[in-house]
Amino acid sequence: MLLLCLVFACLGLLLGYAHKKLKIQGAPLVEQINDLLPQTQCGQCNFIGCRPYAEAIANDEADINQCPPNGEAGILALANLLGKEAKPLNPDYGQQKAPAVAFIIEQDCIGCVKCIPPCPVDAILGASKQMHTVIASECTGCELCISPCPVDCIIMRPIEKSANHWQWNQHV
Amino acid sequence: MFKFLWRKKQQHFSGGLILEGHKQVTAIEEPELPQELIYPLFLAAARYAAACVKVGDTVLKGQVIATADGPLSTPIHAASSGIISAIEKRLIAHPSGLSENCIILQTDGLDKAIPSEPCLDYQQQSREVLREKIQQAGIVGLGGAAFPTAKKLNSPQAIHSLIINAAECEPYISCDESLAITAAKEIIQGSLIIQHILQAHHCIIAIEDSKPTAYSALLSAATSSNIQIQKVPSIYPTGGEKQLIQVISGIKIPAQKLVFEQGFICQNIGTSFAVYQAIILGLPLTERIITITGAGIKQTKNLRARIGTPIKNLIQTCQGYTEHAQQLIMGGPMMGIALRSDEIAIIKASNCLLIDTIKSQTPQPCIRCGDCATVCPAELLPQQLYWYSRAQQWDNCAEYQLADCVECGCCDVVCPSKIPLVQAFRIAKGELVHKQKQAEQAAIAKKRFENQQQRKLKIEQEKNQKLEKRKAAIEKMKAAAAKRKLN
Repeated sequence: MLLLCLVFACLGLLLGYAHKKLKIQGAPLVEQINDLLPQTQCGQCNFIGCRPYAEAIANDEADINQCPPNGEAGILALANLLGKEAKPLNPDYGQQKAPAVAFIIEQDCIGCVKCIPPCPVDAILGASKQMHTVIASECTGCELCISPCPVDCIIMRPIEKSANHWQWNQHV
Repeated sequence: MFKFLWRKKQQHFSGGLILEGHKQVTAIEEPELPQELIYPLFLAAARYAAACVKVGDTVLKGQVIATADGPLSTPIHAASSGIISAIEKRLIAHPSGLSENCIILQTDGLDKAIPSEPCLDYQQQSREVLREKIQQAGIVGLGGAAFPTAKKLNSPQAIHSLIINAAECEPYISCDESLAITAAKEIIQGSLIIQHILQAHHCIIAIEDSKPTAYSALLSAATSSNIQIQKVPSIYPTGGEKQLIQVISGIKIPAQKLVFEQGFICQNIGTSFAVYQAIILGLPLTERIITITGAGIKQTKNLRARIGTPIKNLIQTCQGYTEHAQQLIMGGPMMGIALRSDEIAIIKASNCLLIDTIKSQTPQPCIRCGDCATVCPAELLPQQLYWYSRAQQWDNCAEYQLADCVECGCCDVVCPSKIPLVQAFRIAKGELVHKQKQAEQAAIAKKRFENQQQRKLKIEQEKNQKLEKRKAAIEKMKAAAAKRKLN
């Protein structure tokens, strides 16, 4: 009897140890949600970036249909993750647009640096009284630089079709 | 290990089809010099060449007009002498049907070439020098994939076997066969050079048993060398890299593994010939053999065409179209891509132009007969993949090893419901690539955003610290002043 007790006590300790040591660390919910967001950091969801929005979703403070760049497919993925029902994009937060990048019309740029701080991904290059330019490969198309420009020299350009980015798709 | 390897009997790969050949082996002809040669600067996805000539420049045959831009790029050489008339957007030989920047060369009819540097004894030169020469000659795999040959020959792992692929399993195409008949000696030389670069123990030229003339030509040319000429059964797609290795050595290359990881390298027979020309004669790759065939063309021909020749010029050489000409396909009937116009120029990868009628049939629902799975040479489940791609479950497609699909088209041929399966797989692959690219971009944006947040936080903290320091200093001064007052 004593022996049996001892054996079970040992097994219990072993299990307890295994539970602590071998625990699989899943990514926290906020991270998982954040990974499903498009990382444009555009703030159309009324939060100051994708991560704050992810935190709000995790805390049930925001709905899953407030991210226009993510589109229907993104809402579906969030719904699957959270076990919620998918719903259409809330039009109050904007519509999904074709991917585009910001472009500075260089003749018009006065070098005021007002567009540089709003850029969430540091994709605008420029200094005071120097012409600015957008690093197109880093631009997420968030449009946050457009309104601060006093001379309206920033426009959104749709990403040009090229054989390099082309893929077979349903429309071919 | 090698002995064991070679004692193994030839093995058949799973699946495959016996297709009607439709091959007409003709002597190689030279088409007339076209007035215009067109060179796209776009080579393949993420591979561009950079133009090194300006509009108005005079160039000679063999002169570099665009240099390699990036690790997987290759230079482009002018195929004749003339003037660069423009660098502008033109339709390119690509399934997208899009236009890309092209160098347009107006030929002057003189066909004047730059002096070449022949080299008679390649064994005197180091392997690195030979590889560099191959790269500078702009040689890419001429079987259709157009992967830079010098990169392929720079294998990080030891290679025991070099396989020269002369199987040419796709119907209608006969450019490799006609090349083997006319230039067997040069091909053997080129293969020996590649073998020397790789330091491979074995070199096997694999050719389908339906090509006896080419086989005997290669056999008699290879008598004094250690190159084996091996017949392989004419089952489509024997010419697939993994399938060919399995047929020859009995070794199955695992899914998602590259063949060089198992010590094999495959090269097309046309590439062997190009290597011979580049090393021994010092000539860059400016022409290739191309088959012009199909019901839509008056005369089937194999042409030694200059790369950059517009397709319409080659059609003229073949006496023009017949009334059956409804579509233009670059490549064979199984894996070729449809082109929009005959204004498009041929590229290094163009092994065949098939002009044919459109045989479109309305697809019927899948009846789950499983025929596609029996013929799939990659041992996939096409019908399952099809269901997943229809339901847009791309992750499931990836899990069912969609990446291993070589798009050979066997499943399309046997499908009793005439479902365009390969097209569905191409779409699914495209979606997966798109998804991955988006994820990569999102990861970069996330990192940049987080870095910015951290930087802003740091600046804020430093500001606060400074402010506190100053406050403390003021307090100190005030206290000191109060003390003095008291005194």
